[in-house]
This record gives sequence, C-alpha cells and structure tokens, in this order.
Amino acid sequence: MSRIWVTIGALVLLTLLIRASGPLIMGTRKLSEKADAVIGLLAPALLAGLVLTEAFAIGKSLVVDARAVGLGCAALAMALRAPLLVVVLIAAAATAATRAVLA
Amino acid sequence: MSGTFWAGARAGLSFAPGVFVLSASFGAVAQPVMGVVAPILMSVLQYAGSSQLAATAVLAADGSAAAAIAAGVMLNARFLPMSVVAAPALRGSRLRRSIEAQTIVDTSWALAARGQAGFDREVMLGATLPQYPAWVLGTATGVLFGGLLEDPRAFGLDAIVPAFFLALLVPESKRRGAVAACLLGGAIALALTPVLPPGLPVLLASAAALIGLRR
Repeated sequence: MSRIWVTIGALVLLTLLIRASGPLIMGTRKLSEKADAVIGLLAPALLAGLVLTEAFAIGKSLVVDARAVGLGCAALAMALRAPLLVVVLIAAAATAATRAVLA
Repeated sequence: MSGTFWAGARAGLSFAPGVFVLSASFGAVAQPVMGVVAPILMSVLQYAGSSQLAATAVLAADGSAAAAIAAGVMLNARFLPMSVVAAPALRGSRLRRSIEAQTIVDTSWALAARGQAGFDREVMLGATLPQYPAWVLGTATGVLFGGLLEDPRAFGLDAIVPAFFLALLVPESKRRGAVAACLLGGAIALALTPVLPPGLPVLLASAAALIGLRR
C-alpha cells in the first residue's frame, strides 16, 4: 500500500512543479519567434503520439485490436461534428461491440 | 472577469461530460489497485488524466513506485513547454502566476493557445473551472460504481482515452505545419514504443515540433 502513497505523493508534488515551471523559470520574458513556432507545434506532435500509443500499444508491443475500431468510429463521429461526449461513447461502444463479436 | 473568461468556461463546459466519462474510467481502473480514497485524492491534488492513468497502469502491473512515478512524470512532461508558453500571459507575482499555472490541462491550454492574439490567460482559467469538478466527480463515480463492471475492457473503456485525445488533436491541426508535426510525432511515438518504456515515446514525439524551425 505504501508503494501507492509514495507514487501519489511524488506525482502530486512533481506535477505542481512542472505546471509552475513556466513562471518559475521564464518569469515574464517572452519567447523568440522561432521558439514560438516550435512550441506551437508541440501540442499536435504530443497529442498525435498520445492517440497512437493509447490506441495501438500494450506496454512495449504494438497491436491492432478492438480499440482501433473504436478510434476509427470516433474519427467518423468527429467528421460528422458529433459532440465530445458522443465521440467518446461511440469509441467505447464500438470497441465493446468488436470485443463481443471476436470473443 | 471578462468575456473571454466566460467564453472559456462555456468551451470548458462542453468538454465536461467527456472529461467526466474519462475520469470515471480512471476511477474504475484505479479502485482495485489503490482502493477508494487514493484515486479520488489523486484526482483532487494531481488533476492530470493521462499521467494518473499511466501511473495506475504501472502499479496494476505490479511495477515499483519509481516506475509508476517515472511513467506519470513522462506523460506530464508536456506541461513544461505548455507552462512556458502560458507564463508571459499570466498575471501578478511569481507565486500568483505559479498558482494560475496550476489550471493547465490539455483542453484548457489548447483552447487558450488557439487564438491569433497570443495565449489567452482568461480562456484557460475559464475553461478549467467546469472541467476540474467534472474530473473529481468522475473519479469518485468510477471508484464507487466501477466495481459493478466485472471487466472495464468489455465495455470498451480503454478506447475512451485515445478518442478523447483525438478530439483534442483535430482543432489543433489547423495550425501551420501542424499536420506534418502530427505525422512525424505519431511516427516517432510508434517507432520508439517497442524499445523504450511507456511514456518516453510520447515525450520524444514532441521533438517533431522542431520542424517549426524550418521556415
């Protein structure tokens, strides 16, 4: 159980520091235009990495499983301009249905 | 508070139901590993979805605290550049700005960074206002009622996370060079997944943003 509390304590503290890192390190200095261009692309780069690893990785192995169907259906729902809640529920439902069929 | 604060709050409110569902799936997964109090406390104090999910996955697989902390920090490392972007727009003393920076989450930051006139502090503060209670209540709901689901995977709950991040990614991709950054970042993450511990490939995907230097 202590393993869990150590993890939570450390993550709470470190997350707080990471979030405060901008004001703590940079103060109110502005970034250069080049740095701005790079940082503007951080979110798409990181989010793309997150989407793909959350959909296709299990630990260190890459797999195509029912989650891929869920993600595909979510993309379709987004193309049809469905609200976020509908998008995530469709992803879950499509994944669950695929697992039920394959089981 | 000005109009952009409430515009941010409205935008944040539209994310709240999705955040609630994502958080409930965290609660459902975390409860067998950590019990009832710990996941809720984690959501109250840490409030960082992908990091909480990653650390829980390591602990569930009997990983050490060090491994769980490392995974959680790696998935949160993106808050570092995000905080640097937000910093010049925050107000008040260094302490006050550090406190305001605690409202950084992917959704709110992305909404605030999207405008043409630079980073909008009030949009970020406003957008986090409805999402924080949704996150905490979602975890509590998942912890208390998740036990009713025998296997969360059977309900496809693990597909909620990538779908949620995809929904955040799509509006981002309108930015100049963003599609190339997406493709490169995605390729880096997938290529490194078999060789590095979980979390690191995503962190290194951020290197794709360096194509912003090519102009």
